Amino acid sequence: MRDRTLWTWHIFAGAVILVFLGLHMTIMHLNGTFPTFNNPFGGEAESWQNVAARARNLFFTVTYVVMLGAALYHGLFGLRNILLELDPGAGLRRSINVALSVLGLALFAFGAWVAATAPGVVSRMGG
Amino acid sequence: MPDTRMKQVVFHLRRYEPGKDREPHWEQYKIDSPPGMTVLDGLWKVKELFAPTLAWRSSCRMGICGSCGMLINGRPRLACNTQISELQSDVVAVGPLPNFGIIKDLVPDLHPMFEAHRELMPYLIREDLQEQDSPTGEYWQTPHELERYLQFSYCIKCGCCMAACPTMATDPQYSGPMPLGQAHRYNSDTRDGGFAKRRELLEGGRGPWRCHFAGECSQVCPKGVDPAKAIQMMKQDLVFDLLKLRVRKPAARLVDKPCGKRREDIPAAPPRTVTG
Repeated sequence: MRDRTLWTWHIFAGAVILVFLGLHMTIMHLNGTFPTFNNPFGGEAESWQNVAARARNLFFTVTYVVMLGAALYHGLFGLRNILLELDPGAGLRRSINVALSVLGLALFAFGAWVAATAPGVVSRMGG
Repeated sequence: MPDTRMKQVVFHLRRYEPGKDREPHWEQYKIDSPPGMTVLDGLWKVKELFAPTLAWRSSCRMGICGSCGMLINGRPRLACNTQISELQSDVVAVGPLPNFGIIKDLVPDLHPMFEAHRELMPYLIREDLQEQDSPTGEYWQTPHELERYLQFSYCIKCGCCMAACPTMATDPQYSGPMPLGQAHRYNSDTRDGGFAKRRELLEGGRGPWRCHFAGECSQVCPKGVDPAKAIQMMKQDLVFDLLKLRVRKPAARLVDKPCGKRREDIPAAPPRTVTG
């Protein structure tokens, strides 16, 4: 894929992170903003009941997965840029691209699996 | 009251002669420096008095030709445009521009810069080749459209921006601030229709994507050009083009030359010296 496309996705991922980090800060630090939505049991946002309630909420599952994808892409693309600054040869450059792609996909698959199976897990734990 | 006193300065010069020296080394020369003396004047004096084989490039002596770009006291500058007094030091350290090979002493090998410049087609690209070769009219452009690229056209290709760029120091694929700035200068020119051709190179590794926006290129430019801005605007243009949001306009139309009556006392143009 051409550098222009990769860089454009990098910027989009940054914008997504900006929005979702805002959401995260709102949920974690402004408990009273949308209490029935992000903090249905009242009290601290980090309490078990509230965390379990959010884990069962489809909206939060989707946001976790999107945020995970955006953060992984943004971070790994930045890491790739740093590594390419070291002026590797063409072969090593290809290896870096492949290694970071595999690492990113593996971490995304694992994170998405955790987010998707979280509702069942918290139910079994009595959440 | 201007300072008219003569003072002594020490020139630390980076010397290197391929085939003779294994690596560049420093040599020192002490000279008298009257007020107003430029670094270029100082080099001439060193060459006259102490080092007749000292090599550098210079031509116009007035900051126009861009030949005498050098690393002067740690910063890329034009030797002709830098007075010794403004360095506020009794030591003047002069080396060849970094990020380039060295041909001899203070002469950098600018070939890679001009090759990248050539690849990015720094000229008007239009379909009416016949009109460009033998103009019958003028291309329409408003003053506002001119201002969009005017400052980038002040570039004198001295290479100072390339020497200051941290990305150039590590990435041989990167085209660099001067060629990219000039590509943007022509992409922004409403008379030009070559965006699609330049895009072939710009959307890949030779494009602006490795620029970190350190901004050093704009800081050191002796002509006040802002290549960092050109590179960011080029990124915007290319991303908008990818997203099909770029407004595409045809290259500026041809208009007739001013049709006032020609003065009779204007001599005819000399015959063309270049044919074909």
